[in-house]
Amino acid sequence: MRNSGFRYTGFRYSGFKVIKEALTGHKGWKPVWRTPEPKKEYDIIIIGGGGHGLATAHYLASRYNITNVAVLEKGWIGGGNVGRNTTIIRSNYLHPENQPFYELSMKLWEGLEQDLNYNAMVSQRGVLNLSHSDSQNDAYVRRGNSMIMSGADAQLLDQEGVRELYPFLDFDNARFPIKGGLLQKRGGTVRHDAVAWGYARGADSRGVDIIQNCEVTGFLIKDGKCTGVKTNKGDIGAKKVASCVAGSSSRVMSQAGMNLPIESHVLQAFVSEGLKPIIDGVITFGAGHFYISQSDKGGLVFGGDLDMYNSYAQRGNLPVVEDVCEIGMAILPAIGRAKLLRNWGGVMDMSMDGSPFIDRTHIKGLYFNGGWCYGGFKATPASGFCYAHLLATDTPHEVAKGFRLDRFQTGNVIDENGRGAQPNTH
Amino acid sequence: MSQKNRLNKDKSSGFIDRDKTIHFNFNGEQFEGYQGDTLASALLANNQKLVARSFKYHRPRGIFTAGSEEPNALMHLRTGAYQEPNVRATVAELFEGLEARSQNHRGSLKHDLMAINDFLSPFLTAGFYYKTFMWPKAFWEKLYEPIIRQSAGLGELSGQEDPDKYDKGFLHCDILIIGAGPSGLAAALAAGQAGSRVILADEDFVMGGRLNNETYQVNGMHGAEWAKTTLAELASMDNVRLMKRTTVLGAYDHGIYSALERKTDHLASTDPVYKTKPRQVLWKIYSKRAILSAGSTERPIAFPNNDRPGIMQAGAVRTYANRYDVAAGQNVSIFTNNDDGWRTAQDLAAKGINIQAVIDSRDIQPVAEISGANIEMGAQVIDTQGRHALQSIQLSNGKTYDTDCLAVSGGWNPNVQLSCHHRGRPQWNKDILAFVPSGDGSGGLPPEMHIAGAANGDLDLSSALSSGHELAKSLSKELGNASKVGGCPKAESESIANSAFWFVKTDTKSRSWLDFQNDVTTKDIRLAQQEGFTAVEHVKRYTTLGMATDQGKTSNIPAMAVMADNEGKTIPEVGTTIFRPPYTPVSIAAYAGRSRGKEFRPTRLTPSHRWAKEQGAEFVEVGAWMRAQWFPKDGETHWRESVDREVTQTRNSVGICDVSTLGKIDIQGRDAGEFLNRVYCNTFSTLKVGMVRYGLMLREDGFAMDDGTTARLGEHHYLMTTTTANAVGVSRHLEFCRQCLWPDLDVHVISATEQYAQYSVAGPNARKLLQKIVDPEFDISNEAFPFMACGDITVCGGTAARLFRISFSGELAYEIAVPTRYGYSMMKTLMQAGEEFDAVIYGTEALSVMRIEKGHAAGNELTGQTTAHNLGMGRMVSKKKDSIGNMMSERPNLIKEDANRLVGFVPVDKSEKLSAGAHFIQKGKSAITENDEGWMSSVAFSPSLGHSIGIGFIKSGHQRMGEIVTASNPLLGKDVDVEIVSAHFVDPDGERLRV
Amino acid sequence: MIINHPLLGPRDASEFVYLGDACLMNRPAWVGERIEGEDANDAKTAEALQQYHDYVHLRQNNAGEHKELWYHEQGDRSWLVVTRNTITHEIYNVELAKDVALANKTARASQGGKK
Repeated sequence: MRNSGFRYTGFRYSGFKVIKEALTGHKGWKPVWRTPEPKKEYDIIIIGGGGHGLATAHYLASRYNITNVAVLEKGWIGGGNVGRNTTIIRSNYLHPENQPFYELSMKLWEGLEQDLNYNAMVSQRGVLNLSHSDSQNDAYVRRGNSMIMSGADAQLLDQEGVRELYPFLDFDNARFPIKGGLLQKRGGTVRHDAVAWGYARGADSRGVDIIQNCEVTGFLIKDGKCTGVKTNKGDIGAKKVASCVAGSSSRVMSQAGMNLPIESHVLQAFVSEGLKPIIDGVITFGAGHFYISQSDKGGLVFGGDLDMYNSYAQRGNLPVVEDVCEIGMAILPAIGRAKLLRNWGGVMDMSMDGSPFIDRTHIKGLYFNGGWCYGGFKATPASGFCYAHLLATDTPHEVAKGFRLDRFQTGNVIDENGRGAQPNTH
Repeated sequence: MSQKNRLNKDKSSGFIDRDKTIHFNFNGEQFEGYQGDTLASALLANNQKLVARSFKYHRPRGIFTAGSEEPNALMHLRTGAYQEPNVRATVAELFEGLEARSQNHRGSLKHDLMAINDFLSPFLTAGFYYKTFMWPKAFWEKLYEPIIRQSAGLGELSGQEDPDKYDKGFLHCDILIIGAGPSGLAAALAAGQAGSRVILADEDFVMGGRLNNETYQVNGMHGAEWAKTTLAELASMDNVRLMKRTTVLGAYDHGIYSALERKTDHLASTDPVYKTKPRQVLWKIYSKRAILSAGSTERPIAFPNNDRPGIMQAGAVRTYANRYDVAAGQNVSIFTNNDDGWRTAQDLAAKGINIQAVIDSRDIQPVAEISGANIEMGAQVIDTQGRHALQSIQLSNGKTYDTDCLAVSGGWNPNVQLSCHHRGRPQWNKDILAFVPSGDGSGGLPPEMHIAGAANGDLDLSSALSSGHELAKSLSKELGNASKVGGCPKAESESIANSAFWFVKTDTKSRSWLDFQNDVTTKDIRLAQQEGFTAVEHVKRYTTLGMATDQGKTSNIPAMAVMADNEGKTIPEVGTTIFRPPYTPVSIAAYAGRSRGKEFRPTRLTPSHRWAKEQGAEFVEVGAWMRAQWFPKDGETHWRESVDREVTQTRNSVGICDVSTLGKIDIQGRDAGEFLNRVYCNTFSTLKVGMVRYGLMLREDGFAMDDGTTARLGEHHYLMTTTTANAVGVSRHLEFCRQCLWPDLDVHVISATEQYAQYSVAGPNARKLLQKIVDPEFDISNEAFPFMACGDITVCGGTAARLFRISFSGELAYEIAVPTRYGYSMMKTLMQAGEEFDAVIYGTEALSVMRIEKGHAAGNELTGQTTAHNLGMGRMVSKKKDSIGNMMSERPNLIKEDANRLVGFVPVDKSEKLSAGAHFIQKGKSAITENDEGWMSSVAFSPSLGHSIGIGFIKSGHQRMGEIVTASNPLLGKDVDVEIVSAHFVDPDGERLRV
Repeated sequence: MIINHPLLGPRDASEFVYLGDACLMNRPAWVGERIEGEDANDAKTAEALQQYHDYVHLRQNNAGEHKELWYHEQGDRSWLVVTRNTITHEIYNVELAKDVALANKTARASQGGKK
């Protein structure tokens, strides 16, 4: 890390600046990022202007002083899964290949606003995983210990502890009674779109070119070496090309002739109408797949399982909508009269063990970041940080060294829930 | 003052029943309305202009629409647990005793303290929060955010459980018609006559759509009258189902639609009918074809201070007059950019309502003569006054008019939402200056969906009727329904001429509202674009435009026009955001239906559940099953006492346990043995008939999937048992192997889990007990029926049963299976027969204690993350034959020497209690990730040994016997030194099994 | 979604359990008995491991036409090969997996015969 301080070539955001602009008709605000035309060649091209791609660019520029970088985005930046998730951040993993990585991510979240001079509203109101059986409790103890051993925080709650936090959960009439829970107080939520914008601003201000509406249509590969990409704006050369397009990984990497240990699946998410505060933190169900929080704007934001079949459709079907709302009612019978406002679908890179990849490929100069399943949002800072490290130094970052593409050959799989090579169960 | 704005009875539309007065309460004040009113029409009748506050600036808000697109008039409806937030007054039917309360204000609605935000608005522009609240760092969560959270949100939940019932149902039809306006009715009539099975759904409580709101003529009669006649005809057809109060919410794959029918929302909760019906029903409609005839929505024009109460859609003002007999004001003005706006003036004037002015942005000849009205052509409204309600307007030509209602028409947008649920993008139609659904094929329109009427851009009545009629006719024909269809209903073609006028150009200081609920103004759009948020999705996300409860139904198009203007683009170049389900907001409880509380998921009970209940068992949820955990006896105050007793009595004499939940899979066929060889890692073809073998099943990736015993009942007949948790998954897996991998094997598998009740009889006296009930012709002596034997027997004088001599507890033990219907009596018989041995019934806890004492792996060990190697069963994986997972289990990391191994642990200080989930650390090292050597998977207090024991996984465990390590548990703040021992705590040589 | 079961007619997709790409039917042949420490054997084993790695873990993950396995768990327990578009979800064809597996086997046998 050569430079962790904020060095902005434009102007700083501040309360003072907001007041000054308010009094002068907001004429002084400049674009948050520029709209450059692509150069002929870059040191590094990042494919994908999502959270991870923009974070990678930001850390390359701010930590490694590599600024001759382009981020190529097919549509508008932040339009993929960073713009359509349930905004939860946490570092509550079991495996030693995962937990330190997510804890690094949490620490980066905690310093994000100061690092970026952009308020992405990182809000650590706690993530509570409910438990419903003794063996689940045992598993939570094991996981909680993994968390603490990695430097994260964790707390085991009994039923009374849960009741104190959330008295309106169904304690009396539940099919799967709440026995307790694992609480990570430092977990919480972040304003998801702002993450993309904040990283874009950070990268752009240091000279990174963010190029929207620029679709990569192929790789320039010669003698086993990648020398750039073909795009709808012409060929662009690069010393290194870094794919960062979770959801579309298979589509992009197939242009380099690669089959990946990934399937694409649709995950739906849900938001209710705005309501006065009722749920402070994040709550997850333990006898089915469900997670819920309430945004600062007042909407209940929740989600559940995948639709289960391969899909690139960015929309789902009704059975999952019903399943998710059934679980919502099972633990929170008080949300029955809250109205669902909108539900949408995003495409997930579901990997064979539920864990991601940050790695080189067998093609020299071509790098791969993907397979985030539906845990990609919380990983955004560390993913960018570790990918930048790999791109800058050609060695994996210490906390991301397990995220190898060859781990299924060696057997070093990172399977948090023990479902094996069945992507839709992770 | 009662219903000041209600029109005289002689002007009545017939939709309002003047004989049925309804009393209701708004913000504590009593009002009267009539049957047929919505809450909105009744409030307007009583001249209640101020009904709500906006989200951000807390600006006064009045009723803006007469339909489900309402952005403003959201309120709390009902009280107590029945309280529902964010109810749109425009669609809430009035009922006797209705109680409504405004929301999102501090202090009274009129004197909202939060209205100070409006004065601070220069500071609270789009995205201001991204630029500030960052210093000092800790203040965000402690100060800024709590304040924001408290002031955000709209309505309030009661915090109590929703007291209503909800239900779900399935419907099937040839043609689903969405919307019962003119095109929908014409379509339903034609499709019904053609013989198609039709469902006609409409969100309103009276079908007819705009025919009920207008003064049009159809087939020579009043449009509303024609609608009524047509509905009567449709109601008489057996093949047509009319569903009013039913909103079609979402278009899913293969012709499946979700729809919500509101059954009791129009009734008081004290109404006897209310109690007998579900509040709402979620219908899943399976349709071969769908016709979207959802009509259109009028859009506003953006001009400075266009958000005051009293400023409304022109079409809504007309609706209130024509359908609800309500004058939205006493002195109404109209601001329009099109001919349709003039209809409001004409209709209101005909009802005797005073028209102050008609302002048309077009510099053309007046469209109609409106008596007594000031006609201002080529003029614009450039400002308005009135703090809590509109008082006056200023025009671009310098004139000012006093007026208490301004009816605004900016043209009509087809309701394309459902056509976009498959991510179809609507197309711009330059004739009507609006987006219409994309055509068939490439546009992402649901394949079975067709569009009729205003939803398709056929904005005039005549073409709406004919498009519905023709479409239904041709779709019916396609489906083979070709009965004779009557003629197309006829209407005059009215003028729909409009103009591309979207907003009043102003200086930068004034604010023109686009999204009334979220307080997004033209200034915010401009600022977003100035800051580089030029993609339409960026503008939406940065300003929150279109993200309110109306999802941009009224705001999106005017906002796009502003964007286009700022960027020098056309509206279609700006692009659209994506419409998503549901069409209007839906109670979460409606999607959950009956799956709530104890009925959230099905519950499986074992055949002798009732018996266990009679014994006072403590039950626990195990997947879908309820299993007895332990059976407390009088005087036992702690579960441990019961469990210790159950274990001790079993080990000393005999205990009985219900093991019916274990999966049982019957496998038959000439290749059954070969099949088992391939699905288990160990060999089964060599198993002798009449014997049982333990089997370990791997996943294809080489990790352990499940274990259990399989009995060979005959030459070509095996019975497999699985763990309770994996019964369904293993069955699925076996079918996969049989059908997809080895279709040439002669083997069939079927689940027999529910066909048998099965009981474990364990302990030194197990045989003696069984000999009392097994019919004497069956010799179950140790010689005739040794360890791991099995066979068909009869019990109790001829009842068929199966006996397996297998043991999980480590004792001399059997499992006896009888047909399910004998489960209860078998349990009873076993206990009676066991009385002389002091037999004990034991639950899953004692079962678990005894298996830990024997070091058997169970769910906590078979986590799907462990291999045969980890479990100490690596040698079972035969390399002499092909089997699932056999190859991948040889991956280097899975067979490495220092892999985790399952071993036993005892506390060095025997009084210490072990806990599952502790991690093993070498003594003296710190508890950090790098030093992690494994974890404790299961623990128990062993009554046999008198202290706590555990099993768990630790690196190279089998080579570290006797080593002392720390079982570290920082989560519970407790470290215990433990010794690594064999996991076989009791009877390590297995002598008891074989006696 | 609705799956047109070859034996039972149109059934709601919620009656089925999804597995994944129908390539999971093409399980590599058994490598034969392995004896540790023998070089020839190890090379053979390594090759088999690679084959199994690809079979278990790698997917084309096609955007468009996709042959995939569905199991009629709440029905007749048939495994089906469904040909479906992963962008539009349109279903083109549904077959019994057993029929497909048998046909594949026959095809492989006749190919082997030609060699």
